[in-house]
Amino acid sequence: MNISSWFVVRRELSQNKRTILGICSFLLPLLIWFMVSYVPFVWHPMMRINKPGGVDYFQIGMLVDKEVFAEEMDNMKSAKQALPEGAPANPIYLPAPVDVAKALYTGFTTPPEQKDGQWLHQSLWHSIKIIFSGFFLSSIIGVPLGILCGTYSAISRLNEPFVEFFRYLPAPAFGALAVAILGIYDGPKIAIIVIGTLFQQILIIANTTRKLDYALIEAAMTLGANRFKLLFHVILPGILPDLYRDQRILLGWAWTYLIIAELIGTTSGITWFITQQARYQHFDRVYAAIIIIGLLGLGGDLILALLGKKIFRWDRPANKE
Amino acid sequence: MTNNSLPSYLSQSEAVKNRFTKIKSREVILEAKNLCKNYKTEKGDVVALKNVNFKTHKRELVCVIGPSGCGKSTLIRILAGLEEHTSGDVLLEGKPVNGPGRDRGMVFQGYTLFPWLTVKKNIMFGLEMNNIGANEAEKEASLWLELIGLAKFANAYPHELSGGMKQRVAIARALVVQPRILLMDEPFGALDAQSRAKMQVHLLEIWRNIDITIIFITHDLDEAIFLADRILVLKAHPGEVQELIEVPVPRPRSTTQFNSPEFLATKARLEELIHPAEPETEPEQDKNIEQHMIRFVNVNDNVE
Repeated sequence: MNISSWFVVRRELSQNKRTILGICSFLLPLLIWFMVSYVPFVWHPMMRINKPGGVDYFQIGMLVDKEVFAEEMDNMKSAKQALPEGAPANPIYLPAPVDVAKALYTGFTTPPEQKDGQWLHQSLWHSIKIIFSGFFLSSIIGVPLGILCGTYSAISRLNEPFVEFFRYLPAPAFGALAVAILGIYDGPKIAIIVIGTLFQQILIIANTTRKLDYALIEAAMTLGANRFKLLFHVILPGILPDLYRDQRILLGWAWTYLIIAELIGTTSGITWFITQQARYQHFDRVYAAIIIIGLLGLGGDLILALLGKKIFRWDRPANKE
Repeated sequence: MTNNSLPSYLSQSEAVKNRFTKIKSREVILEAKNLCKNYKTEKGDVVALKNVNFKTHKRELVCVIGPSGCGKSTLIRILAGLEEHTSGDVLLEGKPVNGPGRDRGMVFQGYTLFPWLTVKKNIMFGLEMNNIGANEAEKEASLWLELIGLAKFANAYPHELSGGMKQRVAIARALVVQPRILLMDEPFGALDAQSRAKMQVHLLEIWRNIDITIIFITHDLDEAIFLADRILVLKAHPGEVQELIEVPVPRPRSTTQFNSPEFLATKARLEELIHPAEPETEPEQDKNIEQHMIRFVNVNDNVE
């Protein structure tokens, strides 16, 4: 195959090549993970003890640093005692892919360690509720305000300078405040997601609104549209596909605030699950949970993208996407 | 070509003369009175239009032509109410114009169909904005689709249409609300030569059959002569009326007239008015271009 055909500047690839590369983008990191996990001479900084030999504190299954193992080996050699045996291993915080894959399944089938604990799916559902509550609250303020800012300069000037300032304030900084005002349960978590999303949302949507071709508004005015009708019959339908794309990006933004939000007050949702599993050193389940978050985010976005294509048939850039 | 062999562009045949008397006896639809437009820029005030005066009579087709920077687009945008003028008056049937309105339809050079609406809904847009019931709007739109020959594309979206088709729809969209005057700002400027010629014929056909007065901006001399009853020639810096030419080419117009003596005489006059002005109207930056062409090919390797 001709290599140069893969690297033409700013040209779309054929559907085949796109699919191949898309799969590779997931396979490559996976391959690295497999290599590190299963090829003994790649990394493996630890030794898993198979036979303690003469070393009194070694136990079967124990992980020790390679240097410690070598040192004890020398000690035993010079002391003429039984030599320990072991195999190269990775630290406990890097489980092998197969273990994580198993945990993806067992995570859902294993009951919680504590009586009042939550199952994995309950934790996940709680997290999803937090995200969507936060995003919904942010949107019912941010979307109309953004559109108004993009439409009327007066509203824009009255809002945007302050919003510009506020968006640089890191949302987690409001954690303690949110707990003081809203208590320790879901309130402050939702608030953090709102604070993290809303201010970006106003600015992004205001910009999207301003990008609408002014000639369309002029054309509508020469057809007798008044100001009120311009907003609802030209600006709103005109920006809808871009607004939809913005909302998809902003929803991704909201996901990134999830873990920090859930640490505020009483730890809850998927974050609770992750910290709990880490406490018991079930790192395979920690990875599984993180992967699930990724899959939910990406899956949700793919569904929304497909839906967008269906809804906005008239929008050519979206059709190309 | 010598101009001596051509008749004067001022001499009109009997039929043409009668036609102009008839046009001028009709009511005035649009009048510009001492229209001025100044812009404030960093370099100071720029006079875009200075004392522009003209009248358009009912069912007349006026073309506005002039070198680039003569403010012809500014003029039509002021007439449409999309820009404010500094002084003077724009009167539509005697009443001053205040902002854009359905009484002055507009077709733009760029494609301004609403991309989220089908062709039919685009045509219905103006009717719906003016609170005309959906049933009646749909009937009107269907009729117009039939008139412009795009009935088959009623449910297509604008991105599925060619440039010419888009402008057909744009014309129908503007005319369906029954404006008193149709303002056209280089509407065929983006089209290829062939579709442009088709659209010119199409426009004349619409104009012949509908009670509409048209002001048409163009920079194409042939287009102006082919379409217009009268041509308003502007000059640049500042934008002023240079001459209002009565086109002596008889109607009905056809493409065979492009080489008729009246046509050529008018064109010669337009060129005289517009081209000598060109060095003056050259943009400031262009004056700084100095070419030093060196021959890079063999002396015997000539292309001319």
